[in-house]
Amino acid sequence: MRHSRIGSWLAIAIGTIYFLVPLLCTFEFSLRMRRGEYSFDAYRIVLSDPQFQATFLYSTALALATILVGVLLVVPTAYWIQLRLRRLRPVVEFITLLPLVIPAIVLVFGYLRIYNSSSLLPFTASEAATNLLLTFGYVTLALPYMYRAVDTGLRSIDVRTLTEAAESLGAHWPTILLKVILPNVRVAVLSGAFLTFAIVIGEFTMASLLDRPAFGPYLQLMGANRAYEPSALAIIAFLVTWASMGLMQLLGRRPGDGR
Amino acid sequence: MAFLDIESLRKSFGSHVAVEHFELAVARGEFVSFLGPSGCGKTTTLRMIAGFELPSAGRIRIDGREVTHLRPNQRKVGMVFQSYALFPNMTVAENVAFGLKVAKRPAAEIGPRVTEMLKLIKLPELGGRYPYQLSGGQQQRVALARALAIKPEVLLLDEPLSALDAKIRVSLREEIRSVQRDLGITTIYVTHDQEEALSMSDRIVVMNEGRVEQIGTPVEIYNRPRTRFVASFVGTLNILSGRVVDAATGRLAVDGQEILSGGAIPGAQRGDTRAVALRPEAVSLSTSPGHNRLSGTVEEVNFLGAIVRIRVRLKESAVSFDTFNNPNVPPPGRGTTVAIGFTREDVLVLEGGGSA
Amino acid sequence: MMSATDLAVGQPPSRRTRLDGRSLAWLGVAPFFLFALLFLILPTGFLVVGGFQDAQGHFTLANIGKLFQPSIRSAYWISIEVSAASAVGGAAIGFFIAYAGVIGGLPRWIRPTLITFCGVASNFAGLPLAFAFLATLGRTGLVTALLIRYFDFNIYSTGFNLLSFWGLAITYLYFQIPLMVLILAPALDGLKREWREASAILGASGLQYWRYVALPVLWPSLLGTTLLLFANAFGAIATAYGLTGSSLNIITIELYAQIRGDVLHDQNLGYALALGMIVITGFSNAAYIWLRGRSERWLR
Repeated sequence: MRHSRIGSWLAIAIGTIYFLVPLLCTFEFSLRMRRGEYSFDAYRIVLSDPQFQATFLYSTALALATILVGVLLVVPTAYWIQLRLRRLRPVVEFITLLPLVIPAIVLVFGYLRIYNSSSLLPFTASEAATNLLLTFGYVTLALPYMYRAVDTGLRSIDVRTLTEAAESLGAHWPTILLKVILPNVRVAVLSGAFLTFAIVIGEFTMASLLDRPAFGPYLQLMGANRAYEPSALAIIAFLVTWASMGLMQLLGRRPGDGR
Repeated sequence: MAFLDIESLRKSFGSHVAVEHFELAVARGEFVSFLGPSGCGKTTTLRMIAGFELPSAGRIRIDGREVTHLRPNQRKVGMVFQSYALFPNMTVAENVAFGLKVAKRPAAEIGPRVTEMLKLIKLPELGGRYPYQLSGGQQQRVALARALAIKPEVLLLDEPLSALDAKIRVSLREEIRSVQRDLGITTIYVTHDQEEALSMSDRIVVMNEGRVEQIGTPVEIYNRPRTRFVASFVGTLNILSGRVVDAATGRLAVDGQEILSGGAIPGAQRGDTRAVALRPEAVSLSTSPGHNRLSGTVEEVNFLGAIVRIRVRLKESAVSFDTFNNPNVPPPGRGTTVAIGFTREDVLVLEGGGSA
Repeated sequence: MMSATDLAVGQPPSRRTRLDGRSLAWLGVAPFFLFALLFLILPTGFLVVGGFQDAQGHFTLANIGKLFQPSIRSAYWISIEVSAASAVGGAAIGFFIAYAGVIGGLPRWIRPTLITFCGVASNFAGLPLAFAFLATLGRTGLVTALLIRYFDFNIYSTGFNLLSFWGLAITYLYFQIPLMVLILAPALDGLKREWREASAILGASGLQYWRYVALPVLWPSLLGTTLLLFANAFGAIATAYGLTGSSLNIITIELYAQIRGDVLHDQNLGYALALGMIVITGFSNAAYIWLRGRSERWLR
């Protein structure tokens, strides 16, 4: 239909300006470290800062652990729900929505109260155990997205028929899950993984309150004490997010393709 | 002066010409179908009449009034869409009343009109239902009532039955036609289903690749197709490759055997190739003197119940035809040599060469 | 040598899963439920129950009452205001951008680009976002400086301060708008083109189409997503923390300070704080889900 396109272009233009300007300003600010000229000094300082490397590594490791636990938790669950326990689906979907309702700060508050040194499960008693707790916290945060990605992926393949075909050929359920289901939802899992990575890398609340040396608290420290490095960090964080989400979108656009 | 007058209509999208030189004069109350395969331009033409597309050239007049550049909401034209397009947030009654409400008719007028329309489509008790509670066929009837409620001058239907089951299609087809007759409303009906077009229309416009191939009554289109496309699109057809032996007497050679067509072949000379078309119902296994006769081998016999479909191979060409099942006379077996017969008038000589 | 009877009767008992498929499935989902229990339900439940208890563990409503003391009430209120402002603003602006991208008749490559960028931007929150806006609209930010230099206009002289209510709301918009676009784009897809055409051919103008058809169909999605945006902003803390340290008195920062150092000197009041937050976000999300169900019913 005949539309006046001007309004549409205007809206897009305004949106573009609002979103690009902060990025440009941040980038410009990050170049201002050396007095009087533009340079990448701030980036050099940041990237060679051992704290940066340590916390970034820590968060990356935690992200990988989160993804692993998440996949191990979500894929079988989604599989069994679709295959045999259809009636439980609303319950599971409700559970996966809870992390979106309950703010992260409330969750970690709860963890601190229940899992402190005097409880049955003293997660906060040691560093290693606290790392574990933080990982589980991250899995909880990523749960809605991970579950939805895998569930959608499973729904696009006919789980029931594939399982029956595999069974009729003599496979048992570990084989089925590993060799039949997982490869087919690989794309969905990967896209969920990238989203999880983006979430974990930038996370602040849980890491800070559990007192772990993650990237989020490091950012906060930088922001409180330095002038130019935070901008460089913001640009780096944006690039990392962009890479993760970009890869996720790229992957997410290929289901059913290449068959 | 025709009621709906379409003059030299043309529509191009960039370098692609969707509709080329479309001319049509529709009389008041006439039911005209646009028939053709997907992409032939029939829907584009309809949308130009509705006002959703602007013609690149040409004019459209309704009852003498030029509407070519009017917006759709100024044209007093009704339209029924393939996907029904009922407003999901309104009940059936509210949907039907929509055009009247927008035209700010008084409530005292809207109520009875809606009731009248619901009675017309034979769904008088469904006024309070929502579209998602109705079947496809019911939704389409409501769409029809909604389009007719505002008393449009022309009714346009864009493949309204394509989304429905075969059985509903047939019954709804008849209902649409009878409503149209009762109201005497000028109607344009777009379809790719030739059975629909043949059974419903006063006239058919056959289109292909943006051009009009033929305009005529169903009987004309079917029995006297003017081009090879029309002949093959409307009904099933045997197309044989023929060579002109004698243009004056209409004698042609098909796979080495000679047949006579109904008359002289215009514009042809000895040796020219022509496509020869034969309707299956014209062919039979019995031959009579004075009629055409071709001999060949039975290649395939399909028993379809009341009908037996037989395919006879000549040399390069094959002829398919139907005979009625006769329990006393079994059909010929495969590999038998048979002779098939048809009259001279049944031979359709078409423009264009004839590779089958 | 096998006979028909062998095949028919003598099947060896299989160790296949079919026999205990049901219980196997329960076993398979058990880890998930255990996890949910340990890391979702129990922690939250503990806080909720604790909110209704006093230091000795007896049931009391006193904590709820203490939530209404001025400092806490104002914290909740500021949070609600900021969340509402960024939700409504994000919804309105996001609506126009989504409309432009999906229905606006623009070149076809606009929409995928828009969606991709919104996917990235909706995750660019927290501290980096705070730093970015400090570099833009902070006292030494680039836009602030440019406005002074070229337009002789100091936004801070008007009383604007990035480290305040409006500054936070504007910053929040950075991820609220993309979220709105992402959720609304599919809903706008559901607005079938034929409805617009049908309404036009029945005589309606563009405005009448929006008034009678499009907005009634869309409003559950619009309102629901606004509520989602509200809950999203309400629970956020990192962005605010990065922007204002702990000086802006929003409820999440209050809770943060309380957890960190028990500033309220009353543990159970902390629980009540959390409880209040859960109630607000819970209600908001429940309304969103209900509205989403309504809109799906129509757009079937």
